[in-house]
Amino acid sequence: MTTSRQSLVVGAVLVLLALAAPFMLADYDLSLLGRFLALSLTALGLVILWGEGGVLSLGQGVFFGLGGYALAMHLKLNALSGGDTMPDFMQWSGVHTLPWWWALFANPVVALAGVVIVPGVIGAVFSWLIFRRRIAGVYVALITQALALVFATLLISQQGFTGGFNGLTDFQTLFGARLATRASGHALYWITVVLVVACFLLCRLLLASRFGRMLRATRDGPNRVRFLGYDPTPYKVVAFSVAAVLAGISGALFTLHAGVISPALVGVAPSIEMVIWVAIGGRTSLAGAIAGVLLVNYAKDKVSTVLPAFWLYVLGGLFIIAVTVAPKGLAGLIPSRWPWTRPAGAPGGAPAATAPEADAP
Amino acid sequence: MGDPAFVLGQVFNGLSVASIYVLAALGLALSFGLMRVINMAHGEIVMIGGYIAYLVMHVVTGPLGLPLAMLAAFAGAGLMGAVLEFGLIRSLTSRPLDTLLATWGVSLIAQQASRDLFGATGVSVTAPAWMSGALTLGPMSLPITRLFILAVSMLVLAALAALLKTTRVGLLVRAVNQDRPTAAAMGVSVRGVDMFVFALGAAVAGLAGVVLALLGPVTPTVGQSYIVPAFLVVIMGGLGSISGTTIAAVIIGLFSALAQMFVDVSFAQVLMLAFVIVFLQFRPQGVIAIRSRALDA
Repeated sequence: MTTSRQSLVVGAVLVLLALAAPFMLADYDLSLLGRFLALSLTALGLVILWGEGGVLSLGQGVFFGLGGYALAMHLKLNALSGGDTMPDFMQWSGVHTLPWWWALFANPVVALAGVVIVPGVIGAVFSWLIFRRRIAGVYVALITQALALVFATLLISQQGFTGGFNGLTDFQTLFGARLATRASGHALYWITVVLVVACFLLCRLLLASRFGRMLRATRDGPNRVRFLGYDPTPYKVVAFSVAAVLAGISGALFTLHAGVISPALVGVAPSIEMVIWVAIGGRTSLAGAIAGVLLVNYAKDKVSTVLPAFWLYVLGGLFIIAVTVAPKGLAGLIPSRWPWTRPAGAPGGAPAATAPEADAP
Repeated sequence: MGDPAFVLGQVFNGLSVASIYVLAALGLALSFGLMRVINMAHGEIVMIGGYIAYLVMHVVTGPLGLPLAMLAAFAGAGLMGAVLEFGLIRSLTSRPLDTLLATWGVSLIAQQASRDLFGATGVSVTAPAWMSGALTLGPMSLPITRLFILAVSMLVLAALAALLKTTRVGLLVRAVNQDRPTAAAMGVSVRGVDMFVFALGAAVAGLAGVVLALLGPVTPTVGQSYIVPAFLVVIMGGLGSISGTTIAAVIIGLFSALAQMFVDVSFAQVLMLAFVIVFLQFRPQGVIAIRSRALDA
């Protein structure tokens, strides 16, 4: 059996298992799995941006939050009872008319488009401003972290428009379907699986294309790319925007699964936590990233139920181990002849590229 | 808004915040210039400085408490820095982004450890009695604590500048900063210089912890609240330049204090980030850049 056929078989088995999960898992475990799969879209974006593009963003929570809030605003407006024209928290905070940019999201098509467009456009503009002046490496990491801080602070302080610290919750229906039923839970789970598979395949295609090759080139030698007559900026901007859109979709799905979106899910700490999923799974491996999300979050769920305070020690230790002992993550531990572990977008099982050096001084 | 006393008061507040940013950012800037790494656990070293101040001033009450606390925090935080450099950062120097992630792990552990040791609510230091008053200057009233902090950071700046400009150690630091391979070839122990600068920067952060303890309770997250602006100061200041870091701290401190005259604190933060991004459009190399022929300076 050839290696590519092997990976196809393993992939198909995994997808079938994932699709059959509602009939095999307990409701609680299924809801966890659905949530984690929703998060894995953010991780796919980070593989493109960080693993393949060499750009470490510590602000993915911002785009995750933009997608989540875009959908949550629609759900909140759906949940209004009879005579109300605006969510109750607005009235409590002294806001008396629904702002126009809230009213827009009453339309489900606008809300779904917003999940993709808002993070995409903001990500594109922000990253263009950064990359056009050749700001790279540690600088980008710190600026994106400041963006996450600012975003979370703004969400908390503008209580009348965002629900403040509590965020947006108490959703009822989406497209007329009640969210709380078992059937819609299963439907949501299957939609999530389909989206993850689709995004996984699209990311693979993207990284195997000429764009993917250019992206790796800008990571490994930005100056060589310039000397060869290419401008690295657009490649990095596209990678950043794709990662932002994936994080946005991920945030919207997560909001549906969890029934809440709040500043605590999008700030500085959660944004860096998104990076550790990918670091544990393998930063250049799409499949590894999904595995990393599932493992880290499953461990988080288990450890925090038993010993809540202990989890931060574990997480801190994971950060240290992931970069010192296993910089290639889980994907690096598995023999490279297994094709599904080879660096994403390197068709034909080419050996892993040399270590990124884009941010070396 | 037009009240000159109010405006002057905000300027003073801005300078006062800037003096804390200077203390918090100097260590970051020095080691960033030298090793191109950012220590995400720097805020936790500030926090440890605060807890050391609490412990010392808990034991030693009276006028000697504060100077002893500053000494202990300087030494303790410096030691922490040396350990961190030796144990973790040294092995990651050519991978700045990985250093960022590893030191974030250290910061999470340090925060949780202090939560377990001292509790989540934080501990308070009783500032010496002479600090409780305020200096009245025309229509303005300047709290002595704030003036003290300003004086501390100016002293630290002067001492650091003197150290770098006049001592032999300073000469070695400048040599490694300018050209690491050549300095190494001339027999300078570059690893030793790295460790010295990192420990020195941590020691200064320890002092920042003491002055923060004078302003409010020391909590496990006290470092986090100042560290992100301190990162922006480092970015804006330019690679490892003390004067650049100071100017950037003053600009950011004044900018956010003056912005708060027109908008609330959270919007002032938004404006501050926007300001830094716009600033980098015109000077991506920072306020003061050391001239270099390197392609990727």
